[in-house]
Amino acid sequence: MAGKYVGVIGAGSFGTVVANLLAENTKVKLYTRNADKIKDINSNRMNVGFALHKNIEACNNLEQIAGECETLFPIIPSANFRQMMRDFSPFLHPYHTMIHGTKGLDVTLPQGMSLDNNDVEFNRTNVKTMSEVIRDESVVVRIGCLAGPNLAKEINNKQPAATVVASSFDSVIKEGQRLLRSDLFQVYGNKDLIGIELTGVLKNIIALASGALNGLGYGENARAMLISRGLVEMIYLGKALGGNLQAFIGLAGVGDLVATSSSTFSRNFTVGKRLASGENIKDIIQSMNEVAEGVNTVKIVKKFAEHYGFRAPITETLFKILNGDKSVEDGLTYLMKLPLNVDIDFM
Amino acid sequence: MQDKYNNKTKYKPILPSHSEWPIVKLSKNMPAFIEKVSVDSFEKIKSIKNEEQKLIEELERTRYREKLRVQKMPWSVDPDDDYDFWKKVKKQLVSNSGKPNETTKPADKILKSITDRYANEIASTFKPSSHRFARRVTTFGFARLLNAAHSGRFSGLFKARHTLRDKIRIRGSVDHLRDLAKKGTIIMVPTHFSNLDSVLIGWVIQALGLPPFIYGAGLNLFNIKLFAYFMNSLGAYKVDRRKKNLIYLETLKSYSDLAIQEGCHSLFFPGGTRSRSGAIETELKRGLLGTSIQAQLANFKNNKDHKIFVVPVVLNYNFVLEAPSLIEHFLKQKGQERYYTENDEYSTSYKISKFLFKFFTKQSDISVSIGKPMDLFGNYVDADGHSIGQNGRYIATKDYFLRDGKFVDDPQRDEEYTRNLSKRIVEEFHRNNEVLPSHLVAYIGFKLLRKKFPDLDLFNFLRLPEDELLLDYGEFTREVEKLVKIIKIIEEEGGILTSPALNKPATEIIERGLDNLGIFHTNLPLVRNEQGDIETESLSLLYFYHNRLRGYNFDEYGG
Repeated sequence: MAGKYVGVIGAGSFGTVVANLLAENTKVKLYTRNADKIKDINSNRMNVGFALHKNIEACNNLEQIAGECETLFPIIPSANFRQMMRDFSPFLHPYHTMIHGTKGLDVTLPQGMSLDNNDVEFNRTNVKTMSEVIRDESVVVRIGCLAGPNLAKEINNKQPAATVVASSFDSVIKEGQRLLRSDLFQVYGNKDLIGIELTGVLKNIIALASGALNGLGYGENARAMLISRGLVEMIYLGKALGGNLQAFIGLAGVGDLVATSSSTFSRNFTVGKRLASGENIKDIIQSMNEVAEGVNTVKIVKKFAEHYGFRAPITETLFKILNGDKSVEDGLTYLMKLPLNVDIDFM
Repeated sequence: MQDKYNNKTKYKPILPSHSEWPIVKLSKNMPAFIEKVSVDSFEKIKSIKNEEQKLIEELERTRYREKLRVQKMPWSVDPDDDYDFWKKVKKQLVSNSGKPNETTKPADKILKSITDRYANEIASTFKPSSHRFARRVTTFGFARLLNAAHSGRFSGLFKARHTLRDKIRIRGSVDHLRDLAKKGTIIMVPTHFSNLDSVLIGWVIQALGLPPFIYGAGLNLFNIKLFAYFMNSLGAYKVDRRKKNLIYLETLKSYSDLAIQEGCHSLFFPGGTRSRSGAIETELKRGLLGTSIQAQLANFKNNKDHKIFVVPVVLNYNFVLEAPSLIEHFLKQKGQERYYTENDEYSTSYKISKFLFKFFTKQSDISVSIGKPMDLFGNYVDADGHSIGQNGRYIATKDYFLRDGKFVDDPQRDEEYTRNLSKRIVEEFHRNNEVLPSHLVAYIGFKLLRKKFPDLDLFNFLRLPEDELLLDYGEFTREVEKLVKIIKIIEEEGGILTSPALNKPATEIIERGLDNLGIFHTNLPLVRNEQGDIETESLSLLYFYHNRLRGYNFDEYGG
């Protein structure tokens, strides 16, 4: 297997970090859509501010990647994921393994409708996780995902960290572990693929809220309150979307939630923080180089919860804040007044 | 592919000569085949119980359970030497305890004697001559019964005006199935509501000109002489649901796996047992289903490109004779049955004949939907058996077993494939379910009544006295109209099928539905009273028939 490559699709910061982790154990092809970037990466050995391992080669030919790599790590924004899979699909076979690292949801809307349209209703048939998009669009069945507290900058600085590889296939988990494990990077396995995907997706909502609290200048009590209540909300939403409770209390759930709800390295946290300082969401998004998945996730999950008739107070409040219908302060006041006072009612 | 009613078409046998039938070839070499099964399961168990001590424990466990079975649940089909055999096993186990021997391997010998025994028990004794006879009896006999019932007179027995072909509509991918049966091995997976399904399916297979399929029949059915005769001649092998031990289950799987490798078309009722609730199966038993994936891998490894196809089949009819006991069982237990308890309706040959008569004569509508053939990974296949993936591209099914260009044994992977396959089969069941007027009225009737008592849980609701439950005919008609519209939309999307009767006006649909819904039960699920309103005589039966249309999310369409 020594001569074989492993593919990473998407050269954003997380994609680049994953490529670096993989490169410790194997040769890596790093795919980017942007042809100009290839030259840059291959000659300067730098990408999005990170130095590249010598085992990494940049490339922008999907057919070539599919031919040379049996194992692929797609790590691109959820909004582009389905199109990427459509482009990739002609070259993929059932022997391919795909372990994605995208923490967002895919929405298929009727023609002419957008996420911001008020009439749009979501149910489980038009809201999909990335593993479901892979199944929809290709013949790939050996599917897994990566999730956990993996802030790109810290991993890049060689700080110790851990992640979860989830798949219903033992062989996919083993492959992920074999490829990613290093002295500073621990890899756990989990069989609940959908559950683990959802933890990664839903925690972004709470990270946004946490950023907002931080932006208002509040401290650790407030954050702890949000994290624990946020976890409860995540669990309710996650169960409704088809995940199991267990996924949420592990590394990819609580672990990732704690990390992203406290770190300015987190994009979603940053968005929340800037919202609290009175910035407009459009300006914030425009000024960021990479996508904060949480913003779309809030919109999708709010409508989803509405459709199925259950309450998700944190998500609903964030939705109003993002829409400009509520200020961050008012949102917080509203949440503090909610007559919900049962601590744990999901077990 | 085509979806038309073909009552009239006569299908020529695709393999006219018996000697070409895979099942005949298999039967000719039965002793050798049984030995192969025994060896195969022996090796599998050895690899699961890979230490001498573990194997001895397994043998001990098996012996103990078998002793209990022999004492507590003896059946007339059991071999006479059952007791002696297990006594001997005990003796051998005792005399070898404490001295595992590397050279003579006494545990291996005991294991082999058990797999030998099981393989012989399971094996079928297919004889073309008795098959021919049994076939003639079924077709001829049923046809005569039909005519007698039709004319209402005994003399009808001697007329041959109505044939089964008139009575039973076969729709769906018939030609496709016939094509594929020549090119590969077919695994037919029907829904299962009634004990008569195997007879009905047997008839369908023959009417479509397909060679006989092998089929795992409950050993309990062999208790009844009449069934035993038919089963043996139809190529059934025996499945003893009392034996849940590892050694037996592995031997059973080896039998199925190897027979499929030999090219025998097979029939599984993937739901395991008859649907207790009346709903289309949503959870399938994956044990036997998995053997088709094992067989496909073995074929590829042996350089045989012989492909295996799965064909879901849905049987649609207006009443299930066993419904009262099935639903009672469901409501009482709502859990898994531990032992198969034989129901009264089938206990004697006389009762069976009576049932057969009812089944084929009183049903006004029996339809059999043949689903689109798939490969073992849930992909549809074209007429040549090529698997079709997204955007119409061909898929090489070999690739599912490859890693770095080599075939890899990975039981956990194959379990996942089986899980996926069973999910796909359930989807196809729902797509090929044909809505009959009786299903429709049962669904509406139950839903409307249930809506009146939102505060009661299901069980308390079902205990309500029936005589107070009335439905206004006008409201009923409006609901029927609404649901028909929704069902038509779902049919357009390919999610369900409808009976031609559903094109009629609502009042006619209701009339037809009420006339046919569970007509042979003492208490009718739905009737129209003298005031013209609709009432029920049995809520639990209504619930049973209503369940048939569960799981379609009519609400999402505004239902």
